[in-house]
Amino acid sequence: MKALSNYFKSLFLLELFRGLSLTGRYLFKKKFTIMYPEEKTPVSPRFRGLHALRRYRSGEERCIACKLCEATCPALAITIEAEPREDGSRRTTRYDIDLFKCIYCGYCQEACPVDAIVETRIYEYHFENRGESIMTKEKLLAIGDKHETQIAADIDAQAKYR
Amino acid sequence: MTDSTITIEVDGRELQAKAGTMLIEATDAAGIRIPRFCYHKKLSISANCRMCLVEVEKAPKPLPACATPVSDGMKVHTRSPRALAAQKGTMEFLLINHPLDCPICDQGGECELQDVAIGYGGDISRYTEGKRVVADKNIGPLIATDMTRCIHCTRCVRFGDEIAGIREMGATGRGEHTVIGTYIEKSIDSELSGNVIDLCPVGALTSKPFRFNARAWELTQVEAVAPHDSLGSNINLHLRGNKVMRVHPRDNESINETWLSDRDRFSYQGLYSRDRLMVPMIKKSGEWIEVSWEIALEMAAAVFSEIKETDQIGALLSPVATLEELYLAQKLMRGLGCNNVDSRLRQGDFRLDETQTQANWLGIRVSELDALNAALIVGGNLRKEQPILAHRLRKAALAGAGVSYISPLRLELNHKHRQSYCAPGEMVGRLAAVAKAAGVKAGGAVAKLLKSAKADEFARATADALKNADSSVVMLGGLAQAHPDFSLLCALASGLADATGSRLCFAPSAANTVGAQLAGAVPHLQAGGKPADDKGLDALEMLKLPRKGYLLLGVEPGMDFWNGALSQSALQSADSVVALSAYRSPELEACADILLPTALYTETSGTYVNAEGLWQRNRGAVRPQGEARPGWKILRVLGNLLNQQGFDYTDPQQIGDELHALCDESPLHNKIAEPASLEPQLTTDGLLRAGDTPLYAADPLVRRATALQQTKDAGVAAIRLHPQEAKRQGLESAQHALIKQNGYQAKLPLQLDEAIPEGCVWVSAGLRDTAMLGQPFGEVTVEKA
Repeated sequence: MKALSNYFKSLFLLELFRGLSLTGRYLFKKKFTIMYPEEKTPVSPRFRGLHALRRYRSGEERCIACKLCEATCPALAITIEAEPREDGSRRTTRYDIDLFKCIYCGYCQEACPVDAIVETRIYEYHFENRGESIMTKEKLLAIGDKHETQIAADIDAQAKYR
Repeated sequence: MTDSTITIEVDGRELQAKAGTMLIEATDAAGIRIPRFCYHKKLSISANCRMCLVEVEKAPKPLPACATPVSDGMKVHTRSPRALAAQKGTMEFLLINHPLDCPICDQGGECELQDVAIGYGGDISRYTEGKRVVADKNIGPLIATDMTRCIHCTRCVRFGDEIAGIREMGATGRGEHTVIGTYIEKSIDSELSGNVIDLCPVGALTSKPFRFNARAWELTQVEAVAPHDSLGSNINLHLRGNKVMRVHPRDNESINETWLSDRDRFSYQGLYSRDRLMVPMIKKSGEWIEVSWEIALEMAAAVFSEIKETDQIGALLSPVATLEELYLAQKLMRGLGCNNVDSRLRQGDFRLDETQTQANWLGIRVSELDALNAALIVGGNLRKEQPILAHRLRKAALAGAGVSYISPLRLELNHKHRQSYCAPGEMVGRLAAVAKAAGVKAGGAVAKLLKSAKADEFARATADALKNADSSVVMLGGLAQAHPDFSLLCALASGLADATGSRLCFAPSAANTVGAQLAGAVPHLQAGGKPADDKGLDALEMLKLPRKGYLLLGVEPGMDFWNGALSQSALQSADSVVALSAYRSPELEACADILLPTALYTETSGTYVNAEGLWQRNRGAVRPQGEARPGWKILRVLGNLLNQQGFDYTDPQQIGDELHALCDESPLHNKIAEPASLEPQLTTDGLLRAGDTPLYAADPLVRRATALQQTKDAGVAAIRLHPQEAKRQGLESAQHALIKQNGYQAKLPLQLDEAIPEGCVWVSAGLRDTAMLGQPFGEVTVEKA
């Protein structure tokens, strides 16, 4: 009896059609694929992409050279040098992040007592020359200046979970 | 009673403690940790922070461990619920007014308050009211203040009172309004002031030169020996990468205890001076050009091989160079047949060399200075020459020792003392008066001096104090060593020491003054500190009778010499001068023909023999800057190029060992054998110049320590004289004056100062602006500019 049912199943290609029916269903369903770069996936406010250094609304840089990010960085990607600025405040003279070393763990952002160093939503960037992977203080501040609205919104969005 | 041992029980452990000691001393000795802020083992007890509260059985309340004497059968709990609650409560009160600015505080990461708060504090603050704010004070170029962070432990206040000996800081106001400060805005001028940085348990007092430069966790610690004064204070170098970021004291009870002088602490800034010599250079028709090491060394070797009369070479070596460098330099020179080697560049009288057969030293262990009963310091402003040595002597004075001073200016002293100050020409007479009062019997030159001396009140009191003391010293300081009648002072001091049962002490001026004698870097002693077979010219003769070629090691013409003007003219007139130097200074560039960049003390291995004859070794902590090389390597190659035997060292340890084997078991001795005839060289009439080498002008490294150079002790190039003397010279209203000495002259600002004896003008040596003048003690004229 079993042998008979198997014979008919294979004769009429039943399993093949069952499989194809799933294919057929997805053929007319809404597509998952997005057309990158014209289309993009949504990004979480917690996304850990390219780094940025932020400023206060007054234009004053936030970073106070406490070096906690440097200390916490598991990949030793951050290098900071500091000295008193002319007004006597504690400031960095060098703030480098080597993106080849960075593992995007976000510990620097966690450690920062003044929300100066953040990891933004930006994930599209590339380097064409050796050495460009080192993000200097100027570059990081420029990124922060450009995306401040988005960064501030992202920080607000996750504020209650931190 | 005080020596008896009693038994106490702490946290269930039985401890032995000396009766009369405090509980915290017993627990510290046993390794039981009790939190504290105001207690410090070297300071008096104030018990005002209340952090060390512990539970003592049968006591109604928790007691402060730092102010509770141990008693027999005492049962103490340091971690009981009651003790912990008391500690937590104290911590909460301390944090009420402490700002939460750890991220910008330099103490962050090495802060006692942070550590104790984590160990003993609560995890949340219940305090929501406003915190108090205290204005920062400007207390000079060495110490940065953030007074809001102060928790009023008063360690800095007690330090000033008890250790530095000048009350510079104090607490004003009460309760919440207590403020630590200097009362009036002033800088802190103590030569030990940097120690308050270490003492401050929070970030209220931090190092200004180090401000915001690095974090404690970034630094690696390397042990080293400080290269300035003759004590060889033990230090820790704190490095980040290949750079020395700061210097901290390392505890050594027998030398520097826990303290460090500002000179040793802040001189590291000079390592990174802009005029560091980075590459070998030669002078070609007046222009300096950079050359390779190979060419420079070959040219340097040629300089010495071309001078056939080897007596025409002179080697002037810095007494702050390492023992290895000094030994190799003299070995090279003596190997070439030249005995003109000297490192006593600031000495002006070498008449005792003939009879000196062993190396001179402090004459007493540094740690024994505390226990002196009497001392006579001749020509020594020890506080401004060797701060830690002065601190030791002050301890003796506080314990009741009678300390007397004979000096060419009124010294600012921080303890009870007897002082006799006079024009430099009279110093010999004043010392002779003390010797006469002590009943010294001697022949020769001393007898003549004793005959003409008249014992006064000071002389009698000093002689009595020395005689009646169990342990006493007669010490010759840096001003005496620069005195043109140093040998007379020595002979008198030696006689006085013998007559009173005191020890004769020399306060060696530099890190390796004793080492240089052992290394043979003096003309009358050869390596091992034994008399040389063939005595060469001393440092002064080498300049008075100019040589054709000179070897300079770590010295700067003008500033590092007794007679600045003479050193410059003699070196400039020489055919060729080879200088091993870490710096390019205008003075050196004017004299030298070949400059070989040398490593400084952090960059080379080397030994320092301190005042008490202790050999202490430094290991190179960082790479030399630029193409600089350790001095021993340079001298080794020069030895090879000049075909000298025994220059095949591969390790500085071999050099040190070779020299150590040459030294006897006790190579140091302060016996003065009086030479046949000694006549005073300095007159007692007319106007005389007197001058010291300011504390921060002692060697090329410290002269480039920028923060130290902004302090008072850096010295000023000025003519200082007594108001009466100014009137006599018709200068009472003048701003500037012209000083003339041996045909040289300088126009310098005029300062009236009652500390300067009449008949004398005070012009410090060792400064760029006074380097064109002659010796620090000699006849001068002063006139209106």
